[in-house]
Amino acid sequence: MHIAIASGKGGTGKTTIATSLALAIKEQYQVQYIDCDVEEPNGHIFLKPEFTYKESVTVQVPRVDLSRCNFCGRCAEICAFHALAVLPGNVLSFVELCHSCGGCMYFCPEKAISSAEQEIGWIEGGLAEGIDFIQGRLKIGVAISPPLIQAVKNKRLPGAAVIADVSPGTSCPVIKAVEGADFCILVTESTPFGLHDLELAFGMIQELKVPGGVVINRSDGKDEDIERFCKDKGIPLLMKFPFSREIAVNYAKGLPLLAIKPQWKKDLIDLWRKCERMGRN
Amino acid sequence: MKIAISAEGNSIEARVDPRFGRCEYFAIISEDKDQWEHISNSGAFAGGGAGIHTAQELVNRKVECVLTGRIGPNAMGVLQAAGIKVYTGASGTVREAFEQYKNGLLKQSLTANASLHEGMSRGRK
Amino acid sequence: MKELVVISGKGGTGKTCITGSFAVLAQNKILVDCDVDAANLHLLLGPTQNDQQPFYGMPKAVIDKEKCSECGICANLCRFDAIKEFEVNSLACEGCAVCYHACPNEAIQMAEHLSGYLYISDTRFGWLVHARLGIGEGNSGKLVAAVRQQARKIAEDNRCDLIITDGPPGIGCPVISSLSGADLALIVTEPTLSGLHDMERVLTLVDHFEGKAAVCINKFDLSISNTEEIQQKCKEKGVPVVGKIPYDKEVIKAVRAGRPVVDYTSGKVKDKIIALWDETKKQLSL
Repeated sequence: MHIAIASGKGGTGKTTIATSLALAIKEQYQVQYIDCDVEEPNGHIFLKPEFTYKESVTVQVPRVDLSRCNFCGRCAEICAFHALAVLPGNVLSFVELCHSCGGCMYFCPEKAISSAEQEIGWIEGGLAEGIDFIQGRLKIGVAISPPLIQAVKNKRLPGAAVIADVSPGTSCPVIKAVEGADFCILVTESTPFGLHDLELAFGMIQELKVPGGVVINRSDGKDEDIERFCKDKGIPLLMKFPFSREIAVNYAKGLPLLAIKPQWKKDLIDLWRKCERMGRN
Repeated sequence: MKIAISAEGNSIEARVDPRFGRCEYFAIISEDKDQWEHISNSGAFAGGGAGIHTAQELVNRKVECVLTGRIGPNAMGVLQAAGIKVYTGASGTVREAFEQYKNGLLKQSLTANASLHEGMSRGRK
Repeated sequence: MKELVVISGKGGTGKTCITGSFAVLAQNKILVDCDVDAANLHLLLGPTQNDQQPFYGMPKAVIDKEKCSECGICANLCRFDAIKEFEVNSLACEGCAVCYHACPNEAIQMAEHLSGYLYISDTRFGWLVHARLGIGEGNSGKLVAAVRQQARKIAEDNRCDLIITDGPPGIGCPVISSLSGADLALIVTEPTLSGLHDMERVLTLVDHFEGKAAVCINKFDLSISNTEEIQQKCKEKGVPVVGKIPYDKEVIKAVRAGRPVVDYTSGKVKDKIIALWDETKKQLSL
C-alpha cells in the first residue's frame, strides 16, 4: 500500500500528518517513509532517522569527442532544449538545460557524443524508530527534480506501508511523486487559499486517476466551504485536526504531532485503515 | 564585416529590441556591400535556451558582430566562443544603432549584462 | 525600476499575506504572482478586469495512427516512458522530439500544446500579472519568465518604479526563474525547524545566483529560541533580518475576508508589517 500526502498549498501540514501517520501505524505495519519533497525535505526533522547510506543520483548529459566531431550541427538542431551550440571547431554544452532525452547521442552521424553523468542530488536512507526512512535531496541550483523523485520512488519496498511526502503545487514534481500511488491524502486548511489550492490538487489526482480523500488541518470549526467542496465533488472528508497553539509551538520545536497529542494515535490508525479500504488494490 | 542588430520589426526604421535571445527580428548588414537583410528570430519562441538558439542562428549565418541592448550569459558564452564581437546598450532605431556603432559610441561587451530567465548555466567547453 | 521577489523555501510561511500587504503599502508598482502552480495573491487583491492570454509550453508528440507501422522505434528511444501501445502520454512527454526525428514513417507530429493561461488584472492596488499552469504541466520556469516579461513591459509602459513578486515555494525550476535578475529576494520564514532548514537552502540558492537577500521572520513569537537561531544564522551569512511579525489571529481573519492584512486590521500586526515594508524599501534603496 502506497499513500501519497499532497496538498496544493504549501504549509498546510503534509509533513506533520505524514510523519505522525508513520509513527502511529509502525507497530502494526512494516512502514516506509519516503520524502519526495526533494527541494525541501523536512520529514527527517520530525522522525530523526539515523542515516546509514547516501548515494548520488545522476542524469546523463552529452560529452562530445571533438576528435570525432565534424561540426555538422545536427546535435544542436535536434536538441529541443537548446542545450548544445555547435561552432566552427567547437561544441558547447549547457548541461543545466539538458533533459537527458538522448537525442544528440542517437542522431550524431559521427557517433561523437557519449554520455557523462551529471549529479542532481542524493538519496539518503536509514532507520527511524523502526521506520525505513528514505529521502531525496536536490542539489542547490539544479532546476529539474523529477529524475531524483523517481530515484526515491524506486526505493519503495514491496509489501510495505509506504507513506510518501510530496512537495506543494500541482506541476511536474508533484505528478512524479503522486503517480502510481494507491491513494492520495490531500491536506488542506479552511481558508480561501486552502480551498483554491485543494481544487487544483483534486484536479491533479483525477488526472492521475489516483483515488483520494481530504484531511482538514488546523480546523477552527469554520470548515463549511471545504465540506461543501468535498460533498460536491464526491471526495471523502477523511479527518479533521483541530487548531491549537500548543501544537504550533511544539511543531516549531520539531516535535511530531503524535508526541504532542498521543491520544490521536487511534484516529491516525483509523485514517490509515480508511485509506487502505478506499485505495487501489 | 557582417553585423546583426536585434530589432522589433523588419525594417531599418524599426526600434532596436533590447532583448537579444527573444528579439523578434534581426537586421543584418554586410558592411562591404552596404546591403540590409531582415530575418525573423526563431529563438523568440523557443522554450528554454532562447539565447543559445539565437546565438547559434547567428553563428550559422556567419555574423561577425552583434549590436543589442541586453544579453544573458549563455548567449554571450556562445558568441564569444565563436569569436563574434558583442556591443550592448544600442538604442533608438536600427539605423540609429548602426550609426552609433560606426561613430564608436557603443561599448564592446565581454561579459553578459542580463541574467538568465530559464535554467542557470554557464557554457562549458 | 526595481524588482522585489518574496520567496520562502517552505510553503505556507506567509509569503502571500506579506506580498498582499506590500501591495497596499507600496506606491507606483506592479504586482506579480509567480506561483504559477497555485497562485493565491489574486484572492486577496480582488482583480476586477481580466485580460487572458494562452500560454503554450513545449510542443508534444502526437502519433498519426494511419501512418504508424507499429515498429516500436519511438517507444524504445523515449527516455520518459511516454509512449505505450503506440500512443503518447502527454503528461509524461517532455517534448524532446526524439521520436519525431526517429520515426521512419513520419507518423509523429510535434503539436502545439496549451499549457496554461497568463492573466493581466486590474485591482484596486494596481496591475496584477498572474498565471495558471495547467494541472501536471511542465514548463513552469518558462511561464514564470513569460509572467515576469509581461510585468516588466507593463511597468515600463506605466513608468512604475517597482515590481513586487509573490514567488513559488521550493528551490527548483520556477523559483530559479523567479529569482533571476531580481534586485532583492525577501525570504519569509517561520521559527520552526522546517522553516529554518528551508530558509538555509533557499539562502544558498540566492547566493548561488549571486542575488541579494533579506529575511523576515513571520509568527516569530511561536518560538523565541528558534527565532534567535534564525537571527544568528542570518548574522553569520551577513543577511539582514528586516522584520519580525508576531502570530496574530487577525491574519487568518483577513485571509478569510479576502483582504490584505494591513487593509483589514489596525492592530499590532499591521504596525509590524509597515515597519517590515520600510526596512525592505531601504534594502531596495527606494
